Amino acid sequence: MTYLVKPRLLLDAAPKNALGYTKRDYEGAISTLCAGCGHDSISAAVVQACFDLDIQPHRVAKLSGIGCSSKTPDYFLGNSHGFNTTHGRMPSVLTGAALANRELIYLGVSGDGDSASIGIGQFAHAMRRGVNMTYIVENNGVYGLTKGQFSATADKGSKNKRGVVNNDTPIDLVALALQLGASYVARSFSGDKEQLIPLIKGALRHRGPAFVDVISPCVTFNNHHGSTKSYDYVREHNDAVNRLDFILPRDQIKTTYAPGSLRRIVQHDGSILLLRKLDTEYDPSDRVGAMNHLQERHAIGEIVTGLLYVDSSSEELHRYLNTVEKPLNQLGDAYLCPGSKALDALNASLR
Amino acid sequence: MKATNSTGSIRRSNDFVIKFANVNGSGSASANELFARAIMRMGVPVAPRNIFPSNIQGMPTWYEMRVSSAGWLGRRGGCDLMVAMNPQTWDRDIAEIETGGYLLYDSTRTLPRSRFRNDITVIGIPLTELCNCEYTDLRQRQLFKNIMYVGALTALLDMELAAVEQLIADQYRGKDKLIEANINALKRGYEAATNALPCPIGLRVERANGVGDRIFVNGNDACGLGAVYGGATVAAWYPITPSTSVIEAFTSYCRKYRTDPDNGLARYAIVQAEDELASIGMVIGAAWNGARAFTATSGPGISLMQEFFGLAYFAEVPAVIFNVQRGGPSTGMPTRTQQSDLIACAYASHGDTKHVMLFPEDPYECFTFGAQAFDLADRLQTPVFVLLDLDIGMNDRLCQPFDWDDQRRYDRGKVMSAEELQAGRNFGRYLDVDGDGIPWRTIPGTHPTKGAYFSRGTTRNAYAKYSETGVDYVYNMERLRRKFETAKKLVPAPVIRRAAQPTRYGAIYYGSTSPAMDEAFALLEEQGIHVDTLRVRGFPFADAVIDFINEHDYVFVVEQNESGQLRMLLVNEGEVDPKRLIRVLHYDGTPITAAFISGRIADTLAAHKVTPIRKQVAS
Repeated sequence: MTYLVKPRLLLDAAPKNALGYTKRDYEGAISTLCAGCGHDSISAAVVQACFDLDIQPHRVAKLSGIGCSSKTPDYFLGNSHGFNTTHGRMPSVLTGAALANRELIYLGVSGDGDSASIGIGQFAHAMRRGVNMTYIVENNGVYGLTKGQFSATADKGSKNKRGVVNNDTPIDLVALALQLGASYVARSFSGDKEQLIPLIKGALRHRGPAFVDVISPCVTFNNHHGSTKSYDYVREHNDAVNRLDFILPRDQIKTTYAPGSLRRIVQHDGSILLLRKLDTEYDPSDRVGAMNHLQERHAIGEIVTGLLYVDSSSEELHRYLNTVEKPLNQLGDAYLCPGSKALDALNASLR
Repeated sequence: MKATNSTGSIRRSNDFVIKFANVNGSGSASANELFARAIMRMGVPVAPRNIFPSNIQGMPTWYEMRVSSAGWLGRRGGCDLMVAMNPQTWDRDIAEIETGGYLLYDSTRTLPRSRFRNDITVIGIPLTELCNCEYTDLRQRQLFKNIMYVGALTALLDMELAAVEQLIADQYRGKDKLIEANINALKRGYEAATNALPCPIGLRVERANGVGDRIFVNGNDACGLGAVYGGATVAAWYPITPSTSVIEAFTSYCRKYRTDPDNGLARYAIVQAEDELASIGMVIGAAWNGARAFTATSGPGISLMQEFFGLAYFAEVPAVIFNVQRGGPSTGMPTRTQQSDLIACAYASHGDTKHVMLFPEDPYECFTFGAQAFDLADRLQTPVFVLLDLDIGMNDRLCQPFDWDDQRRYDRGKVMSAEELQAGRNFGRYLDVDGDGIPWRTIPGTHPTKGAYFSRGTTRNAYAKYSETGVDYVYNMERLRRKFETAKKLVPAPVIRRAAQPTRYGAIYYGSTSPAMDEAFALLEEQGIHVDTLRVRGFPFADAVIDFINEHDYVFVVEQNESGQLRMLLVNEGEVDPKRLIRVLHYDGTPITAAFISGRIADTLAAHKVTPIRKQVAS
């Protein structure tokens, strides 16, 4: 019964962020997903990221499509408006919402079926349009809510629970996002909090389309031998390209990172991304390099995780449309209606 | 240059049909429109219709223009003067001319006598030859040939050359070179006709006072303008004939009226989406987030948007959809007019949905209803469909001037503010607190801790919390039904016109059928056939619509589709006995005519062997 209110223990000792909120203020309803579902870890990471970034909970709008992943926005940020839209069409609804009010933070949550199968078109166009958003795909390669069908990210050769082999070539959303112009592209693993939380933080602070593909094995339908999106498979084949720590300007750089292995990226809002490059050759500012690296690793069966690409001078849709600074949904009648005098002049020109 | 006269030529002033047969992509449309506007400038009502193919260049296109001193703006049918500029369609164009009518053609190439008719007046002007002498540039030769025949017609119909010159000067204001070149071509055509032909012919345009302060504009432009006045800030769309120019108009009016004078920034956002699904998705997202948003589309787009209409209906998100109707399906008659999407819009989507629709009759109402649609959508928190069609949307039509009350303020409906939430006002997103079925909503980002909710379809209770309980579902559906009842009182009321005498017969019509119905009403009255009429302007039907049917024994339902879609809605929503609703259906893709309507009604009454019996009037 997800509409039961969570027991709210009065924990005075609970740590508060700069706004005076505890983590509880960023939580949502109790999850109804299967016990052990990777998606719940992603929800927890979103909560942690927003708490750490001192984001006002109501300044986030969370949108999703249909599927297990798309149910999750109900389970975090209970003080944010959310919209569970139609299957595969969250990107367009999010785009419209972003047009209406450029000041909110837009968080799109989707799954592999929702984004790579039915929603591949909207996924692609939202990326290339430059919508200012954080787009998280909770990727398990399988349809959970309809009980175990392959999605378009399921690897060729993987087997479902009934032993059926998938012969279709998988779609790699990370590769697509890179090609389509997303200006922040990352991949992580739901079981790797240390990597995931900073990646989400970086995405939330990024201007432009930020895409985070989170491999999130389905405990019920896709966590078995033969699936490349099982926990074991990912843990064995995971190749992290860099380690990212997110540090706000007011919070000085942590010292655990040796200067030689840090990469410092200043984002638009002045926030700084620090990347630990495990692969010393890796350059996250190089889109083509990212695409090559991804493909090379893919060819040898490895999953690249980390921040693959970031464009620190990226722009977004509102800039392209040259819209006014004030959110469109707050413009009053006087700013919108030309009035009767203008109409009289127009009438005169139509005679 | 030659003119062969037939005996018994039509002689009429300010009352005829002239038709231009052109090749599309030849620039004829703007010359033809110029000519129509020139007639209007002389105070004579004119109703042009562009009959064009789904093609950019090379296919036949016609521009049919009805000149009517009586002010009838519906299509008449037939043709008194054919300007035949397209060899491809020569034979059918010649055949279409009324006996005693006129033919104007390009006589540069001699045609055998067998290609003409004896019962019409044939007027030849070597337009190509004239143009070839005058211009060296190929494009100019083509474009100015059109202006030249406008010049020739000005002489042939005894129009005021100065009025046409003034019109050209007005249209190209600030572009002196263009003005000079066009006026030169106009004069060359005018002189060619006056010098070599017996001008004027039997058809004349005489200065009159039949236009008044009316304006000449098309419905798509008016919809775009209505969206600007209605406060729309977000438009998302996908190109589709015949609706594309709604967005083009919105764009150009926004540039003009919505550019911030201080910094040049836009107080609007227009996105050409990847398809219609994305268009309506963006509209719903923007409206959910508190902006006024709309899309413009046509039948195939309506089909693609179906799932989202249902979501907007149940999640109770405002949206405005301009549907400029045409024939179906995807490859079906995209440049021909029809009123065939009523059912597709009324019950759009899966589940128990029902939508608000508005039916403008002309550009004036396209503007008025277009603006009003945004108030209705916000007030009712639901999609509102403005259903026009190609005939109104893409043709310039005389209509009353647009008006706007500066005292009017947008009705944003029931939006709970941060102050109200802070003061502790109870917020249940889907709770009927006022008894009108309309719940209160909050806009994202309003209050840090109050009023946030999770929007989804129907699996929730009145407080927007997840619920699959039957009681919650039924509560919601009953509330939506009450909301639809509320909508009845908010949509534009029907317009009723009484016959000269009390009658058992009525006729119901809507949208672009108006001008033909107005004329048919007069034709029937002349024949002593009395029929009250009612023009439906909105759905759900106001009580007055059903009352009107109940007042009459039989009611003709006049529509431009094959299945009688308004009639279906009347039967279904008004619980009217279908036998009392007689179909008058016109659906060949051409606009309906008065002759068709009055003929069908008169024939039906004759076939039933019933002379209209006047009701006994209790005195």
